[in-house]
Parts: sequence; structure tokens; C-alpha cells
Amino acid sequence: MSAKLDRLCQNLRDVLGERIESLVVDRGEVALEVAAADYLAVATTLRDHPDLRFEQAMDLCGVDYASYGAVAFPEADQIGARRFAAVTQLLSLTHNWRLRLRVFATDNDFPVLDSLMDVWNGVNWFEREAFDLYGIMFSGHNDLRRILTDYGFVGHPFRKDFPIFGYVEMRYDPELRRVVYQPVTIEPRENTPRIVREENYGKVGDRG
Amino acid sequence: MAEIKNYTINFGPQHPSAHGVLRLVLELDGEVVVRADPHIGLLHRGTEKLMETRTWIQSLPYMDRLDYTSMLVNEHPFVLAIERLLGIEVPLRAQYIRVMFAEITRILNHLLSIGTHALDVGAMAMVLYTFREREDIFDMLEAVSGARMHGAYFRPGGVYRDLPDRMPKYEINKFKNAQTVKELNAAREGSLLDFIEDFTSRFPVYCDEYETLLTDNRIWKQRLVGVGVVSPERALQLGFSGPMLRGSGVEWDLRRKQPYEVYDRLDFDIPVGVKGDSYDRYLVRMEEMRQANRIIRQCISWLRANPGPVITDNHKVAPPSREKMKGSMEELIHHFKLFSEGMHVPPGEVYVGTEHAKGEFGVYMISDGANKPYRVKLRSAAFQHLAAMDELAKGHMLADVVTLIGTIDVVFGDVDR
Repeated sequence: MSAKLDRLCQNLRDVLGERIESLVVDRGEVALEVAAADYLAVATTLRDHPDLRFEQAMDLCGVDYASYGAVAFPEADQIGARRFAAVTQLLSLTHNWRLRLRVFATDNDFPVLDSLMDVWNGVNWFEREAFDLYGIMFSGHNDLRRILTDYGFVGHPFRKDFPIFGYVEMRYDPELRRVVYQPVTIEPRENTPRIVREENYGKVGDRG
Repeated sequence: MAEIKNYTINFGPQHPSAHGVLRLVLELDGEVVVRADPHIGLLHRGTEKLMETRTWIQSLPYMDRLDYTSMLVNEHPFVLAIERLLGIEVPLRAQYIRVMFAEITRILNHLLSIGTHALDVGAMAMVLYTFREREDIFDMLEAVSGARMHGAYFRPGGVYRDLPDRMPKYEINKFKNAQTVKELNAAREGSLLDFIEDFTSRFPVYCDEYETLLTDNRIWKQRLVGVGVVSPERALQLGFSGPMLRGSGVEWDLRRKQPYEVYDRLDFDIPVGVKGDSYDRYLVRMEEMRQANRIIRQCISWLRANPGPVITDNHKVAPPSREKMKGSMEELIHHFKLFSEGMHVPPGEVYVGTEHAKGEFGVYMISDGANKPYRVKLRSAAFQHLAAMDELAKGHMLADVVTLIGTIDVVFGDVDR
């Protein structure tokens, strides 16, 4: 680990202290995890504290951890208590370092997180996207509409239990002379099955 | 007297200057934009979800189809992310080839960007000139990867194959006589590197031509100067990157600040703007093309002097050669496993940001040790820039919206994913 990452980790520990849930350095990248209750306050500190100064939020995305490490989507009682997370990639131009900030929503059925829109205005559309694709609600966001899916779309397509072929398909109906939705008619298929091997299978490089 | 009120118009989704399928709902007060609300997602193909159902290598060609005007720079962060997850070394020659093609694609992107931007605001001739040079670049991509646009040339561990020794040539047909064909083939007698070198020696002259057409053009300046001004503070706050950030005067280039591949060995300058308007961003893009040309020339001279392998010899990641595969059982098994089950990437997560032609293109990958990614997030610069459309357009005239769409250089494969 380089001296720079050491310094970043030390600064994070000094500034955030108890609020750090986990701080991992892996493959030259620093990942910080905080609780949903501290999320907004931590984000503001990360931006404003002179030892951290993350001026830019480059990316924010939702992640569904329901079937992590599993071959298929698990039974309802097998899903962990922390299913949905928002992951933000921060960048500091002053110190030239990056940080990954992860926060898990506490409720799987109705995931709610604070919006970072007032901290970094640029995350506006990223939060709309995470809401659209994963159904994560961002409280404090002033314009939380769907962004990528169709007008009137039902469901959150990037959730792991949403099938890759979807539920409805669209076609032109010559009798009604308009486009109609109908249940999908194509058969789902999987060309290459998903396989999770034991650890160290197919050892590659110096990490396997 | 008639009552005057704001009204809302629908710009697109099929509009020639919308650069794809952008539906822009504009609220106008007379001719002044009060609010701009871009509706995107009309080209949403769920690339990230699709990648979760494909093996690591099968997902690679999707990257070309994101920003379809700069194909190989899209593949770049994707292969870098897989390599960082695996922890493998890439041969130096492969790194130089990748950097060279990343810069060639950067020129390709800026040529389209500037050409069509000029077309949108009324300089009809420009696009004819820039597309002339794009044709040469497509020929380079075709020679090296077999495809003119969607190359799928970068692979985890290196590049698909070494640079070819000969360029394909034009043939005489009923449209082209012997004399024309001879002229067209003049630069194609040698290897691909000779062709690229010939292009780089011609290209600065072409840049001067573009500058003659645009830089001091009265109409071009009237349409661009002072339109869409972004202060450096706002640019950072809005998450801008690439020419949009540098146009506002922030000297930030990932190739220099967080060098990946061999960018730390190459000599190039980073242009920055002063006022942060559309005209500055045009100048930044012009200069970036010249700098990209410089980088390509340095790569060519290195590549000429240093032959060697172009892909890793770790056959758990990259396939063995056909010859070896037919002579050795072990190599045959490697080949079979690689293309049926695919490689297994150790669990973990990485975010790789690279300097794409449009800004920071990032790939965030989570692997749970399976033969497919668990989650891939593609961070495209244009998505972020388009999100600022409302702020950029507010208070400008309706006609300036076209300038703004041109200056943020959006491509919808990239925005909608």
C-alpha cells in the first residue's frame, strides 16, 4: 500500500472516528462504509474537511446484494438483512485521491437513503437512475422521477429478481392501429450458466 | 391586448441536431428558455444488466456500442478493470498499442463532435472535411481489428493481435480508374504503422484547415462565444470532467494526474479554457486533437523499435494461439474452458476511471468469484453533462440549445446505456 493511501486512511480515521463501519484497502482502492443514519453528515464532512476535500462525486449507483455469491436468486428467507446499497465514487482534485463510499439501506422492502443532491449537485441524475433501476428512495431529492425506463414502466429492472427478459413486450397492433403491451412470448434461456467455484479455482495472477 | 404566457415545446426525440434520441421538454418565455427537462432512456438497452448474464469476455463487445463514436476508448477502462481485479501484468507493447488506439479514437470522436456541432449551428462544409479524415481512421481500425467501428480489439491481458504488416488496398472498379486507385493507395503501400504515421504527418495540416474554417469565423463565434458559461466551481459541483471541465479552466486530466498504461512515459500538453463558454470548449477539443496526434507519433516510434508479445501468456485469461492449441492437450483445455465457462475473477470490486474523449469514463465492477460480473456500473461523462442541461440552457435563446447540445458532445448510446 502506498504512502498516499495510508495518509488518506489515517485522515479518514482521524476525522470520522466512530462513524466508520468499515474501511478496506483493496487493489489500491479505498472503500469506506457508513451507516445510513450518518450518511449525509459523513458526505458533507468528506467534501468540506481540508484533509479530505472530495470536491467531486464522479458516480453513484445502486447495488442489489441479494444473490451475491449464489448461483440463482435465493429464497426469501435466505436474503440477508442488507440487500440494497448505494455506492458513490468520490474524487478529490486537491489531494488527487479517490474514495468509494458505500451505504446500505436498512429496510429491504422499502429502501430509503438520504439524498446527496445538496452536497454534490451532480448526483441528481445518478440518484434518479438508482431509484429507477433499484427502487431505492432518496429522501430530500427534489425531482425523483424515473429516468431510463419507459413512461409507465412497472418494477425496478436491475433488481436481481427481475428477469433479464422482463415481463412485457411491445408490438404494433394493426387492428387497434397503435402500439400495445403484452406478456413476453420469448422463452428465457441462458447460454452460459453462472458458476461460482470454490476459492482459488483457476488461480490467475497474484491475487487468486 | 393578448395575454402572453409561457409555453412548452417538445424538442426531439427525432431531431437532426439532438445527436440521437433526446427528448427535450423546453419551457419558453417568448424565445428564452426558462426550463429545460431532458428525457433520456429512449436508447436504454440495459447493458449493465446484460453484462451480469454474460461472461467477462462476452461483455466486451457491448462496450463498443456505448459511445459509438469513440469505440476503443470505451473498451479501455473495461479491460483495465478486469486486469486490476485479476492482478495480471500486460505486455508493454500491448499497452502502447492500446494508448495509440485510444488516442486515434479520441481524434475520431472530436472530429465527429466538431464537425456535427458546426453543422448544427450552420457551418455546412465543416462536416465534409472532418468525415474525410474519419474515413482514414476507420481504415486503420478495419486493418487492425477487422471491423470499421465496433472493433472489440482490446482484450483483458492485452490486445487481440499484433499490428498487421500490410494495409488493405483499393482495387480498380467501374467507379475508380487506375489513376485514382494509385493515388488512394499511395499511403497504403507499407504496414499499418506506416499508414498511421503518414496520417499523423498530414493531420496537423487538416487541423489548420478546420481552424481556418471555424476559429475566426464570425458566425461560429457569434453562435458560441458566451453561450453556456460554466464557472470552475459549478463545473466541479456538477461532476463535469474532460473537455467540459478543462474548458472551465480546471487543469485536470486523468492521463496526467492518475496515469494509467504508459501515459506517464509520453509527452503531451493539457489545454485549458479561460471563460468556460462553448467557444473555449471548442478550442480545447481542437488542441486535444493536436496533442493526441503528438502522442500517436511517440507511440509509433516506440512500437517500431520494440517488437514483442501483445497479449499476456496466462492462458487462464487469454486464449493460446491456434497452433499451440492444436499441438498440446493442456492448451486445448485452456481454450475450451475459456470460451465455454469463461474465466473466474477473484471476488472484489474496482473502479477504473479513464480519460475518455468526452470526459471521465468509469467502470465500477463487483465480482463475487463467478464466471460473470456481479454488477457493472458504467459511468459515462455525457450522462453527467446532459444532467446539467437545465442549468446551461436557462436564460438562453431557443437557438442556443442546439449549440449547447453540440458543446456537451452527447452520444445516446453512452448516456442511455
